[in-house]
Amino acid sequence: MKAKPENVLTGSHYLDGNHASAEGAIAAGCRFFGGYPITPSTEIAERISQRFPRIGGIFVQMEDELASMAAILGASNGGVKSMSCTSGPGFSLMMENFGLGIMMETPCVLVNVQRGGPSTGLPTLPGQADMMQARWGSHGDYEVIALAPDSPQESFELTIHAFNLSEKYRMPVLIMTDECVGHMTEKVVIPSADEIDLVERKYTDKKPGEAWPYEWNGKSIPPMLPVGKGYKFHITGLTHDEKGYPVINAEAQEKNVRQLIDKVKKNADDIIWLEEWDTDGADIIVMSYGISSRVARPAIAKARADGIKIGQIRMITVWPFPEKRIRELAGKVKAMVMVELNHGQVYLEMDRCAAGQCVTAVVGHSGGTVHKPDDIYKVIKDVVK
Amino acid sequence: MSAPGSKKNGKKNVDDRYEIRLSGSGGQGLILAGVILATAIGVGDGKNAVQSQSYGPEARGGASRADVVVSSGEIYYPKTMKLDMLLALTQEACDKYYPDMKEGGILIVDSNLVTQVPTKNYHGFPFVRLAREEIGHAMVANVIALGAIAELTGIVSKASLKEAVLARAPRGTEDKNKKALELGFSIAKKAKGARS
Repeated sequence: MKAKPENVLTGSHYLDGNHASAEGAIAAGCRFFGGYPITPSTEIAERISQRFPRIGGIFVQMEDELASMAAILGASNGGVKSMSCTSGPGFSLMMENFGLGIMMETPCVLVNVQRGGPSTGLPTLPGQADMMQARWGSHGDYEVIALAPDSPQESFELTIHAFNLSEKYRMPVLIMTDECVGHMTEKVVIPSADEIDLVERKYTDKKPGEAWPYEWNGKSIPPMLPVGKGYKFHITGLTHDEKGYPVINAEAQEKNVRQLIDKVKKNADDIIWLEEWDTDGADIIVMSYGISSRVARPAIAKARADGIKIGQIRMITVWPFPEKRIRELAGKVKAMVMVELNHGQVYLEMDRCAAGQCVTAVVGHSGGTVHKPDDIYKVIKDVVK
Repeated sequence: MSAPGSKKNGKKNVDDRYEIRLSGSGGQGLILAGVILATAIGVGDGKNAVQSQSYGPEARGGASRADVVVSSGEIYYPKTMKLDMLLALTQEACDKYYPDMKEGGILIVDSNLVTQVPTKNYHGFPFVRLAREEIGHAMVANVIALGAIAELTGIVSKASLKEAVLARAPRGTEDKNKKALELGFSIAKKAKGARS
């Protein structure tokens, strides 16, 4: 299905990453936003609050982040594409209901414009230190999908992509951007509506009384049941069977949790989006995501000019982690270097998958600004030695 | 829609990076001026331009700045490193940011508000006074400064700048903004003439 023309602000614009993300949501057909303002994510909420009244969307400034996350789950189950945005402290508060969204298999999009932490940390300055929280922040065992844009243009594109993934896999999807991308103003080209592909929600084709909300078959994603059309159903955060009612035993748990994990793991090849440069025949590969992948480029170019055989992997999808590709490359290269605005979070995954096949290193950073290209270059030179 | 990121493959890597900082105090319209300048360059002139800002938790007052990086190639590092051009509308901004300049960079100051300039090699114009006396509104000092920057650096075409200024001008202020921009062009042109 294609985007609706009235939702798409076609043309060349000059937008910051947050405004671009808001436009992406609108283009994807989002019509409910529940949020609580927090720097540096507020511009997303602000733009949506200005645009929604004119296009029939509902914007609610909630009393806090717990309620915000709950509201978008309710709206989505009510049949509307929904989203929220937040940053560090708000992300922490949303974690419990994020898990509810995972358990209820509810499509929605949550943008975390990462700032420096822990706690209130650096409200106006960037970080990438919520990456493991994105992966494991809610209790229990589950898989997540998290995307990381490196520019306002990609903030627009990945917000649409996040909505598509959320509908396709029937789950909340995270956009893990950062203050630098969020507040960076750059050219954003918005294509015409017929160039934007959208994944629409799959509803059951069974009649009311014959369909259940979680008809797991181990292969396809179960269709949802529409509300207001005569279907009576129940959904819950408790372990449930395919009927959506609580079943508190190990067999039901195995079936339920297995579904949450398998739908991501078994479709990892479809979900994972990587961008690679010069990885074939490389001695050293620099991995990164979001703003750090962009900042690493000049350092890599400088190292290449020194005669180092160096390649780059940019993770557009950070979760699920590209295990297969990293295991494969680790056997061929001498070293892998992770660049991120934390002291080695996604690095741990890269190191685990390298499994001793090559040297690994992290160019860490406490956040507050982006890496200086020279700091990345120095680590590359050190590793080559 | 193509896969994200594919846009960057095969792009030329031209090294004509030019770094600009517009600085002063909060409320002088410098962030807006930065967005206007970057829009004119990025959308109007078709080069790449990234505008970034650095601000504290306070809403107004204090030092304010907008950075714009311009290049005809891809801009990977979005922040400034060494400034090719600095606009300082307060003494505090001039003191704070002058050391970030490249040797031979262009310094433009408000000659009434920056009384102690750390170099002899600079351009001074009374932007705020001109805005008040010639245009009748101190708010357009940022637009006069943009005009002077266009004339002195050539980093942006005048036509694109005019278009970007007018696109952002609130209804009813178009004439004042146009006049302010023309004033910026002409004072800088005169200054250039006087130097050569």
